[in-house]
Amino acid sequence: MADKVLMKGNEAIAEAAIIAGCRHYFGYPITPQTEVAAYMAKKMPKIGGCFLQAESEIAAINMVYGVSATGKRVMTSSSSPGISLKSEGLSYLAGCDLPALVVNVQRGGPGLGGIQPSQSDYFQATRGGGHGDFRMIVLAPASVQEMAELTVKGFDLADKYRMTSMILADGTMGQMMEPVSLDFDIEPPVEKPWATTGTKMEREHNIVNSLSLVPEELEVLNLKRYEKYKIVEENETMYEEYMVDDADIVIAAFGIAARVSKNAVNEARKQGIKVGLIRPITLWPFPKAPFEKAAEHAKNFISVELSMGQMIEDVKLATKCKCPVTLCNRVGGMIPSPEQVLKAITDIHNGGVK
Amino acid sequence: MAFDLKEQFDNVAVADLDIVNPYFRTKDSYDDFKKKNIRLICSEYANSNVDIPALPQDMYAITDDKSMKVILDIGGDDRGALALGRIAPQINEENDFDMLMVINKFRPLTPDADSTIEVMREIEAAGGIKFTGLVNNSNLGEETTAEDVINSVKYADSVAEKSGLPVVMTSVKEELFEELNGKIQNLFPMKLQEKPVV
Repeated sequence: MADKVLMKGNEAIAEAAIIAGCRHYFGYPITPQTEVAAYMAKKMPKIGGCFLQAESEIAAINMVYGVSATGKRVMTSSSSPGISLKSEGLSYLAGCDLPALVVNVQRGGPGLGGIQPSQSDYFQATRGGGHGDFRMIVLAPASVQEMAELTVKGFDLADKYRMTSMILADGTMGQMMEPVSLDFDIEPPVEKPWATTGTKMEREHNIVNSLSLVPEELEVLNLKRYEKYKIVEENETMYEEYMVDDADIVIAAFGIAARVSKNAVNEARKQGIKVGLIRPITLWPFPKAPFEKAAEHAKNFISVELSMGQMIEDVKLATKCKCPVTLCNRVGGMIPSPEQVLKAITDIHNGGVK
Repeated sequence: MAFDLKEQFDNVAVADLDIVNPYFRTKDSYDDFKKKNIRLICSEYANSNVDIPALPQDMYAITDDKSMKVILDIGGDDRGALALGRIAPQINEENDFDMLMVINKFRPLTPDADSTIEVMREIEAAGGIKFTGLVNNSNLGEETTAEDVINSVKYADSVAEKSGLPVVMTSVKEELFEELNGKIQNLFPMKLQEKPVV
């Protein structure tokens, strides 16, 4: 087994990005993701990389756009209000089919909200994250190890599909410390013949641009992009199932909510309640198949979220409303406790919830 | 450490001067300190949503009250140590202190003696106080084994040799204390005060 190191989630993202070959980071500090930038500031100058604290989030995302156009691996990170500022840039990246890794270590909102953990940017992340028809690959880690692994995976998927990959973490994931193995399988670099690297008078100019002057052509571009998204949906969903096979009650939860829920599942099983957990790892594409399959035998679903109920809509769509889906949540920077989730399970088990 | 100090001295305080990380604060242990009559000096805004690098309003008590034994919790890098600079002249003038660097070979930026000493010099430059000793707290959190701790001794000794500072203690979670007692000098058992949510 490879040697482990003790890292914060935010540090794990930064180190994994460097291992994945990212040498360009542009960002702006905001709690609770600041350690990503702080780590990059320490490490990048030592390895010939570029750490640049931009004058704003908007500037940072446009620097990402610029570097991505040259074919280099590039990333930015922020937390909820900062991601809102970056949303115009996310749309432009999508409009140019540019790969990038964007990290959102979510905090409570809306507005400036608070600095404590949240999952209330689910809609923003999975429904595009900016204007126009587009998707981002959204990855939801539930451990510091996954913060690192999904960062590497995020870069690979971004390059493979010429899309933005977003790590949708939360303040807890960013701040918690766990042992991590940084021994990854790194995919060989993807050729980027579209990159603006200089023609050397040997080829036509590559142009990276999101403006289309002819509506018919823009329509074709959008249709082609959605054909690509369909391939991503068919091939790239990731999820974890825990005790789902015989479950009467199935919990849907990602990130920190999934860790809390797993404890509650274990406790409920001790009480003889048949309950399981489906943990989406990709939030887009959403793993519909395990939910559809579980809905064949489960009688109830519970969506455990640090939001007013956002993923619950995808759970309802995936289960095709075959059985009730109940929300178990905390908001504003608060985290549901295992006891709260256990109560939601036992209430349903005892027939107490409509 | 504060609890141990309280058994020897009457007037004991813990001061949280971390201006960087608003998530994990000494204030989490406020009730425990209060029960033992240990004074907690920390920013009024610690553990709130006020995300500003605020220092405690009563921080001057650290140097003004000469009878008080104070443990200062300083952020773990040069940015965190900046706050120390505000009271460094008084601390240096009184010259009755230990400045301990807590080191961990399993942290990504301090895996060996050279990198650890680089961080040490950055903290000293930012905080304005020289370290006087080392605490070997090498650990992998919950996964730490006795073997990990034993293997870290060579690292701590190497930091000590290159920096000229003594290893004042090696701290371990209390579950490992019995297994390691007698095998490592100055072993200090630590009781985890705050448990993770999950």
